[in-house]
Amino acid sequence: MLHIVACIKQVPDTKIIKMNPKTNTMDRASAPAILNPYDAHAVEEAVRLKKKYGGTVSVLTMGPPPAVKAIKKCIELGADEGYMISDRAFAGADTLATSYALTKALEKIAKHQPIDLVICGKMTIDGDTGQVGPGIARRLNIPPLTGVKKVVEINKEKGYAIVQRKLEDGYEVVKSTLPCLFTVEKEINDISFAPLPNMIKAARYQPTIWTADDLENVDRKQLGLKGSPTIVSKVWAPPKPEGGQLLEGTAQEQVNKLLSIIFEKKELFQ
Amino acid sequence: MNFDDYRGIWVYLEVKDGKIAPVSLELLGAGRKLADKRGTELAGVLIGSNVKPLASTAFVYGADVVYVYDDPIFEHYRTEPYMRALHDCCQKHKPEVLLYGATPTGKDLASAIATDLPTGLTADTTMLDIEEDTGLLLASRPAFGGNIMATILCKKYRPQMATVRPKVMKALSPQPNRTGKIVEEHISLREEEMRTKVLEVVRETTKKVRIDEADIVVAGGKGMGSKEGFQLIHQLADALGGAVGASRDVVEAGWIDHHHQVGQTGVTVTPKIYFAIGISGAIQHVVGMQNSELIIAINKDPNAPIFQSCHYGIVGDALEIVPLLIERIKEELPNIKTASKLKEEIHHA
Ligand SMILES: Cc1cc2nc3c(=O)[nH]c(=O)nc-3n(C[C@H](O)[C@H](O)[C@H](O)COP(=O)(O)OP(=O)(O)OC[C@H]3O[C@@H](n4cnc5c(N)ncnc54)[C@H](O)[C@@H]3O)c2cc1C
Ligand SMILES: Cc1cc2nc3c(=O)[nH]c(=O)nc-3n(C[C@H](O)[C@H](O)[C@H](O)COP(=O)(O)OP(=O)(O)OC[C@H]3O[C@@H](n4cnc5c(N)ncnc54)[C@H](O)[C@@H]3O)c2cc1C
Repeated sequence: MLHIVACIKQVPDTKIIKMNPKTNTMDRASAPAILNPYDAHAVEEAVRLKKKYGGTVSVLTMGPPPAVKAIKKCIELGADEGYMISDRAFAGADTLATSYALTKALEKIAKHQPIDLVICGKMTIDGDTGQVGPGIARRLNIPPLTGVKKVVEINKEKGYAIVQRKLEDGYEVVKSTLPCLFTVEKEINDISFAPLPNMIKAARYQPTIWTADDLENVDRKQLGLKGSPTIVSKVWAPPKPEGGQLLEGTAQEQVNKLLSIIFEKKELFQ
Repeated sequence: MNFDDYRGIWVYLEVKDGKIAPVSLELLGAGRKLADKRGTELAGVLIGSNVKPLASTAFVYGADVVYVYDDPIFEHYRTEPYMRALHDCCQKHKPEVLLYGATPTGKDLASAIATDLPTGLTADTTMLDIEEDTGLLLASRPAFGGNIMATILCKKYRPQMATVRPKVMKALSPQPNRTGKIVEEHISLREEEMRTKVLEVVRETTKKVRIDEADIVVAGGKGMGSKEGFQLIHQLADALGGAVGASRDVVEAGWIDHHHQVGQTGVTVTPKIYFAIGISGAIQHVVGMQNSELIIAINKDPNAPIFQSCHYGIVGDALEIVPLLIERIKEELPNIKTASKLKEEIHHA
């Protein structure tokens, strides 16, 4: 029986977020909060592994109270339990402080039931650093397997996992001891439709919520803004490109003009 | 922590196919500027099996010193042994700044080291500067899907670390006679203690021309209408001898595989000519191609954002324009080739 924990984050949908042109800040209200798309694949994979090998899937998030909605989404996807850590003390965390707080929560979860596998998304679509997963692995002192695109085998009795890790020009097959941590690519699976019983369970579900005081052996200096070595000092809108010159005329004329522009780069066509 | 103990700008030298990866050479170029401004030395850290001879390349591209960890245990990249080596090097020689390519390997390694040291790590940097007097690194990066840029500082910890996007910084032109100092380092690691093993490495080289190395990239979007319509993109690329690129929506529709995706979650390309055909020009796409030398957009919507990010644009139906373009290229290209050949012959005669 495997115990898999997926770490998930609620994020603004950056595809439709609007910028306030006067203040150069993001208008967060313009974008609905969604489950980070990579994390949906992390949960989906955890649920598939549970179906194959047996076990439980827990999800963990750090975030403000409305992030409960993201946990409910994971219950719809088939997760069994949801945990949330939420406290002002966590606010302003960079990736180092985020991985610290999440690790403390994982240690507490593991006290109830030891963890065999932690699955994270490859990255979020807001901070999009991809640094939190490997950070958690270091803190738990378990091997990080980043960029997993396929799980080949998990063998709890013999204590190993075999996965395919995506590389720039292909992939590698890696064997690791258990427990370990994966960060997953989107191509690892297709999200299944949530069956009705899951939707009903999700609607009623209330996750376990912990504050900083509920976690054990916490060094407060390592939490939130205080525990964050990086500081966001300045934020600005990327310069708007000036825009190109449109070629005029009939289709044939446009194509001819384009051709003469392309062929100016003679060296490419010799 | 006494900041005066931390000196020098370092670059982690990633090894790929037995060579120093292009991104690491770009970082030596960027690192050289920082080191000169700060009046300090530029060092590279080289970890691998039989990699010592590569140090000379690093000198030619700007490094003053190269620290080498050469051991069979480093044959394949694995977090554990690489992290132990680089961590060892940082503790012994204390750099002020340490830069990595924002590649799968560079990001994996940097995240692990940042946690262990501990120190701050800026992700996916696209602009770098340093304060001359304090040595504070100003690392700027896009976030929120490219909607904003942010400058990240690490004031209280050393080394200051950042991963830097490939193809953004410029490598120096090589100086073949330039040399430097090699410092050989050792760390005792035993294979039996390693918790991961690489069983197999599979290269997927089905792509005809590697898209991130091609001089011409012809990219198509959802505006091509269908998988059949998208064939026109292949035909145009063939006619020009270029590589095929795609938007994410095209990849998701299954018209082409992920290796061809250009953008934030695909590859970054900087070809001499980039065609964006039937691509709307979402910011996540544009960040992957905006540094191309010449960008040409074809879109039927005159208000498509792509026209803000191109040099030349044609407002029109791609399904009409592209076949015309292919036809004309096939007519003209042989003339250009003969002309340049003639010129060459005259030149030689
Ligand atoms: C503009 C801007 C720029 C930033 N740049 C940096 C930077 O360069 N370096 C830095 O250290 N910090 C940076 N931060 C802070 C960073 O965004 C936060 O630390 C954030 O909490 C986690 O980082 P991420 O979103 O990049 O996560 P990632 O590392 O991209 O997330 C990877 C995975 O970790 C898990 N995960 C991440 N966050 C949570 C969570 N809250 N709860 C549960 N699981 C989670 C998920 O599985 C996720 O898929 C930046 C913040 C802003 C606003
Ligand atoms: C976190 C995140 C990461 C992302 N990463 C990427 C990425 O790496 N790469 C990427 O590309 N996208 C990425 N996206 C998606 C991106 O936001 C866009 O959705 C995507 O680029 C749109 O693809 P498209 O331009 O092909 O399609 P559409 O936006 O549907 O545009 C189609 C265009 O074709 C035009 N058109 C239609 N018919 C014709 C015709 N007959 N002739 C000429 N023009 C025609 C239309 O006017 C329109 O402009 C990402 C999104 C998010 C949120």
